[in-house]
Amino acid sequence: MFKIINARFLAENIKMFEIEAAKIAKKRKAGQFVIIRIDEHGERIPLTIADSNLEKGTISLIVQGVGKTTKELNMKETGDTILDVVGPLGKPSEIENFGTAVSVGGGVGTAIAYPTAVALKEAGNYVITINGARSKDLVILEDEMKAVSDESYVTTDDGSYGFHGFVTQKLQELIDQGKKIDFVLAIGPIPMMRAIAEVTRPYKIKTVVSLNPIMIDGTGMCGGCRVIVNGKTQFACVDGPEFDAHAVDFKNLVDRNRTYADLEKKALEKFEHNCHLVEKINELEK
Amino acid sequence: MKQLTPKERMKIPRHAMIEQDPQVRNRNFEEVNLGYAEQMAIEEAQRCLQCPKPTCVEGCPVHIQIKDFIAFIAEGDFLGAVKKIKEDNALPAICGRVCPQEEQCEQACVVGKRNDPVAIGYLERFVADYERNSGKVDIPVPKPSTGKRVAIVGSGPAGLSCANDLCQLGHEVTVFEALHELGGVLVYGIPEFRLPKAIVRKEIDGLKAMGVRFETDAVIGRITTVDELLGEEGFDAVFLGVGAGLPWFMGIPGENMVGVYSANEFLTRVNLMKAYEFPNYDSPILDCHDKNVAVFGGGNTAMDAVRTAKRLGARNAYCIYRRSEREMPARVEEVKHAKEEGIQFMLLTSPLEFLGDENEWLHAVRLIKMELGEPDDSGRRRPIPIKGSEYELSIDIAIVAIGNGANPLIPQTTPDIEMSKRGTIVVDEETMKTSKKGVFAGGDIVTGGATVILAMGAGRKAAQAIDQYITSGEW
Repeated sequence: MFKIINARFLAENIKMFEIEAAKIAKKRKAGQFVIIRIDEHGERIPLTIADSNLEKGTISLIVQGVGKTTKELNMKETGDTILDVVGPLGKPSEIENFGTAVSVGGGVGTAIAYPTAVALKEAGNYVITINGARSKDLVILEDEMKAVSDESYVTTDDGSYGFHGFVTQKLQELIDQGKKIDFVLAIGPIPMMRAIAEVTRPYKIKTVVSLNPIMIDGTGMCGGCRVIVNGKTQFACVDGPEFDAHAVDFKNLVDRNRTYADLEKKALEKFEHNCHLVEKINELEK
Repeated sequence: MKQLTPKERMKIPRHAMIEQDPQVRNRNFEEVNLGYAEQMAIEEAQRCLQCPKPTCVEGCPVHIQIKDFIAFIAEGDFLGAVKKIKEDNALPAICGRVCPQEEQCEQACVVGKRNDPVAIGYLERFVADYERNSGKVDIPVPKPSTGKRVAIVGSGPAGLSCANDLCQLGHEVTVFEALHELGGVLVYGIPEFRLPKAIVRKEIDGLKAMGVRFETDAVIGRITTVDELLGEEGFDAVFLGVGAGLPWFMGIPGENMVGVYSANEFLTRVNLMKAYEFPNYDSPILDCHDKNVAVFGGGNTAMDAVRTAKRLGARNAYCIYRRSEREMPARVEEVKHAKEEGIQFMLLTSPLEFLGDENEWLHAVRLIKMELGEPDDSGRRRPIPIKGSEYELSIDIAIVAIGNGANPLIPQTTPDIEMSKRGTIVVDEETMKTSKKGVFAGGDIVTGGATVILAMGAGRKAAQAIDQYITSGEW
C-alpha cells in the first residue's frame, strides 16, 4: 500500500499526486517511470515520475484522466492509498551538456519534460522550455518550467495564453531566428512528438522522445511494449522509454496503442455509469 | 497387509489419471487432472518394486527419496509420505503437477522397462493434495538462527526452493519479487487449468509460516542493486533466480502488428491480470471468442497458450510448429490433452510473414511447409522449407511461443557479473557461484528457458553452497 499524502488538480482533469515511496524517491532519475495498480482488480499502467522529494520520501505523479484507470486514479484524494507502485523503471534520460537544449512538453507531457529540463539545467545546458497546451486553463507547471529555464515559452492552440499556435511552430520559429539548438527533448501526445521529429530532422538536431506503449510488467518479460526503432524491435520498458525521435516508427506506435480502444471505451462507459449511479444514490440520501 | 510378490506387483496395471471431460474442460479454467482417490493411490504405490538400487531417484533432479515415500503410501500413511518428499522438495503439490516425470523419475523406473512405469508424479501430487486438504500441513521448524541474511531475487521455483532450504538451515531469508504477486512463472505463466493458483499460494504460505520474508513490487537492479543488497542492506549473500526474460520473436515481417502477442504477454494477461474477467478486472485482452488463433512453437508454453486461447472461445486454435511431433519439446501429457481439447496441430509448418490491414490489424499469416533434414546442434532434425509450398491462413490473433532470452536488468545494473553470449549468467555448475563474490544464480537466468524442477534443483544446490559460504566466510 502506498499512501497519497497530497492530491490536487493542476488543471481540469489533470491531477498531481505526492505518494509516499521513499526508496523510489531516493533512486529515481529523470526520465524514469513507475507502474501502478490501484487495487486488486486494477490494471498495471506506467506513469512517468514528475518529481521527488527526498526529505518527505515522496514521488510526484501527474495524471490526466483519459481512460478508466486514470479517471479512477484522479478520484483519489489526500490520505487515500494505491495498492502497488513499482519502480523506478526504464533507463534514465541520457543527460549531458549538449550546449543549448530545448525541452518541449505537450499537455500532460510537460510533467515528464519538467524533470528532464531540471537535469539538463544541472548538467550545464542553456535550457529553453516550450510548454504547450490546448488553452490557458490546461497549462501546467508554468512556474516550475520557468524556474529551470534560461528561456521559457508557453504556447496555446487557441491563443488564449502565450504564443498562439503549436509547440512545433514555436520550435520552428526559434530555429528560423537562427538559434543554434543542439538537443531537443519532446514529450507529449504521439502526433506532437512525431511533428517535432519532423521539425528537427532537416537540421539534424539530436531529438529524443519518451514513448508510452502498452505495458504490463515493466521488466522486459511480456514484450507488450515493443516499439520499432531504426527498423528494429525494442522494448520500451528496458531499452527505453526514451528513443531517438528520428528513428521511431510512430505509425506502429499509434496502431499498437489502439489495440484495446474498443475495450477501453467499454470499461470507461461502465465506470462512468457506475460513478453516475453512486452520485445519484448520494443525492437521494441527502 | 500381506506383502505382494514382485510378480503380483507387476500385474497391477498403472492407474490412469482422472481427468475432466475434454469437451467440458476446453470451456473452463478448472484443473484438467482431478487426482487419484485414496484406494487408487495405495494400489498404484503397490506397483513399486522397492528396488534395492532405486534408479528413479537418480532420475529426479532433486533426488526425492521416491522408493521411501511410495512405501509410506502403500501402507496408507499419506502424511508420512509427504514428509519424506519434503526432505528434498519443498513444493510437492507443484512438482507433482508440472514436472516432466516421463523424462525423469518415471523414465528410470524399473517397472517401466516391461510395463508402464509407476505413476510417481501422480502419487507425489496425491500426497501433497492430501496433506493440504487435511489441514495438517507440516511446517518444518528451522534450525536456530545463524544471524546470517540472504537476499533471494525472484519468487519463482528457483527462488522458492532456495529460500526454503536456507530458512530451514536457520538463515534469515528475504525474497524480492518484481511483480505484485508471488510465484513468478508459476502464477504469470502456467495456467490455472494446469496449476491452480490457490495451490501456489498455499505452498508459499508454508514458507511464510516457516519464517521466509517476502517483498513484492521490488525490481532488484532498479530500486536496489545487487551491490546495495550486499552493502548497505547488509545481506551476506544474494541468490539470483530472476527467470527468463525478454520473449523471443521470430524476426519475420509484421511481427509488431496489433494482434501479435508473445506467449508471455498473452498468458500474463490471462493468468496474472485475469483479463478473461474483463471488465470486472481492468486488464483487457483481445477477444478470442469465435476467432482464429495461431500459436507458434512446440513447447509447454505453446501448449499453455493455445489451450488458453481455446478456453477463451477460439473457433480454431492452431498450434503451428516447424518440426514434427517427435521433436516437440512439450510434455507428452500436454500434447495429448491439447489434442483431446480440439487444438489443431499444423506440424512441419513455419510462418514467413504476418499480414494485416492499413491499421496494422492482423488478418492472416503466410506459411510454408517444411521437411526434416539432418540433425542440427540440438540433435533434432533440422526443418527445411519446401519450395513452392507457401500458403495463407486467415488468423485474428497470433501468439509467439518460441522461448525467452535472459532478462537484461541484472547485467545492466551489475556489470561485474559474467554473462554468456546468450545473455545468461555464467555459474559454477556445482555451487551455482557467479563471478561476483557473494552472488549465486540458478534457474532460467542460468539455463535459458527450462523446467520448474530444474530451477528448483538449481535453487537447492545454490542453497547448500550459500550455507557453506556464509557460515565459513570462504568464497
